[in-house]
Amino acid sequence: MSAQSWFAVRKELSPRRRMFLGILSFVIPLAIWCLVSYVPFIWHPMVEVSDPGSVSYFTQGMLLEQEVFEREAEAARQKGEAVPVGTSANPIYLPAPHQVAKAMYTAFTTEPKRRDEKWLHESLGNSIYVIAMGFLISSLFGVPLGILAGTYDVFSRLNEPFVEFFRYLPAPAFGALAVAVLGINEAPKIAIIVIGTFFQQVLVIANTTRKLDPSLLEAAMTLGAKRMSLLFRVVIPGIIVDLYKDQRILLGWAWTYLIVAEMIGASSGITWFITQQARYKNFENVYAAIFMIGVLGLTTDLLLAWIGRRIFPWQRSLAH
Amino acid sequence: MTQIQLPSYREQSPEVRARFERLKQRPVILEVQNLGKNFESRQGTVTALRDINLTVHRREFVCVIGPSGCGKSTLIRMLAGLETQSSGQVLLDGQPVSGPGPDRGMVFQGYTLFPWLTVKQNVMFGLQVSGRSGMPEPTALQWIDLVGLSKFADAYPHQLSGGMKQRVAIARALANQPRILLMDEPFGALDAQTRCRMQSYLLDIWKNIDVTILFITHDLDEAIFLADRILVLKAHPGEVQELIEVPVPHPRSTQQFLSPEFLATKARLEELIHPPQTETVGLSEDHLNMVRMVAVDDVVPDVY
Repeated sequence: MSAQSWFAVRKELSPRRRMFLGILSFVIPLAIWCLVSYVPFIWHPMVEVSDPGSVSYFTQGMLLEQEVFEREAEAARQKGEAVPVGTSANPIYLPAPHQVAKAMYTAFTTEPKRRDEKWLHESLGNSIYVIAMGFLISSLFGVPLGILAGTYDVFSRLNEPFVEFFRYLPAPAFGALAVAVLGINEAPKIAIIVIGTFFQQVLVIANTTRKLDPSLLEAAMTLGAKRMSLLFRVVIPGIIVDLYKDQRILLGWAWTYLIVAEMIGASSGITWFITQQARYKNFENVYAAIFMIGVLGLTTDLLLAWIGRRIFPWQRSLAH
Repeated sequence: MTQIQLPSYREQSPEVRARFERLKQRPVILEVQNLGKNFESRQGTVTALRDINLTVHRREFVCVIGPSGCGKSTLIRMLAGLETQSSGQVLLDGQPVSGPGPDRGMVFQGYTLFPWLTVKQNVMFGLQVSGRSGMPEPTALQWIDLVGLSKFADAYPHQLSGGMKQRVAIARALANQPRILLMDEPFGALDAQTRCRMQSYLLDIWKNIDVTILFITHDLDEAIFLADRILVLKAHPGEVQELIEVPVPHPRSTQQFLSPEFLATKARLEELIHPPQTETVGLSEDHLNMVRMVAVDDVVPDVY
């Protein structure tokens, strides 16, 4: 244990320790949450009424601020009437872990209360569809354009000044326009994701392309490679690993535009589900949905990283 | 140190002289005529190279040596067609060179292997893009065998040591069967032992196949050990100082490092490249700083 310090500057810890810390990074926030939820004297600013006693407006299960409850209880005591009983509780917007865990299960099993509401998995599916389509369309144009701009100065000069300008225009600002042009269903939502992703994508990928070691191009030229073979046999394979990494990061950005996209036109998708549930104060459902997005995002990313290691066997040389 | 009496570097044994005679009978493969290169900078035009003339015969091994900043790399990059000359021209087999091409193979100091290709695929690269060889794979395997890396044909570059990478780079350049092999300080990044072994390897390869080599280095021993002739450049502006015919007989071996011919040539190169300092302003300041750094009351006195 003493051989290796936990705090060696820029030294990698042993695999076991790294694994341990990785798990700990999830355990610590969870532990804090549990502590706040289950240990009464830590926060618990509210009182949950278990017996209303003589107070006329108290009902069972009602949440009150501590101060109000004390005042009413004191008043009842002085009048010699039945004193209300309650246990200290947290505000409704902070459900306990077990409630959220239960919601994660019940959200899939209980039918929506209102007819226009969607099942959670329907909402999730809808969101994934919007993201996937938006990202696909953006990549279809953004990736080739980025590579061209990074390779040929002609394309760089022709595109980048405009792209540079356009990326400062906030994607949400195009919401109303997108609805007017594309109707109210999925199309405008996809359009917002495309607008939010595409312009960043062109610039990021153009930059990645420019980072290719120019001596590889020179070596290829002395071996007889010309225009097309340079592009397809050197530039593209040379940047593909970094390109893949960029795409992973950009996919994360696309998720952030989802929130905006789902607020326009006919509301749908996971963020709509969250808003609805928050409106009805079903906060455990809100947390459940948020966690599901997190889990979905993380697993997608890990899956893509794993696939990346599989299809680019040489990338250990380019690690980090 | 007492001065050892060395023969003149111009003295050649009859065998060596006869060899040079035969060499000059061979057809000319590369001709550099009045080659010059200027760079535009904010201070005005900087002349990097001026009036370079050189004739290289077939299967000859020529080293280019010079102090840093003399434009050695610029010269070889112009020969490769990676940079355009400001004046003069380069003729390969009598044809003026414009732009890079597979007839002039190049080995760079940085390994420049394609990291996404295996050793075999790297060597096949040139054959595939030029579409010349009908069967790139067996051809590539032959060249890999020549540099002794058959076992690593399916390895990726990141799995190889520096010396091995450079052997692949040599095989990759040779697989195209270039008219001339240009090497820009190819062993500069290797450690001393590996470099020494690579030099012997290169001589072996050169002896066994029909290839002309132009080799840039800043290592005097390396130049003498490898070259038939050494082109010595000087800096600011880069000009030819002397073209030395190396009097060390062939076949070369590491035992010759201490032979009189070798040492005489080395002494001459030292003279040309590190001339006795007459104006030592910069140098003496360096020395002064060194003195200041030493503690005055050092416990352990210096040993003279």
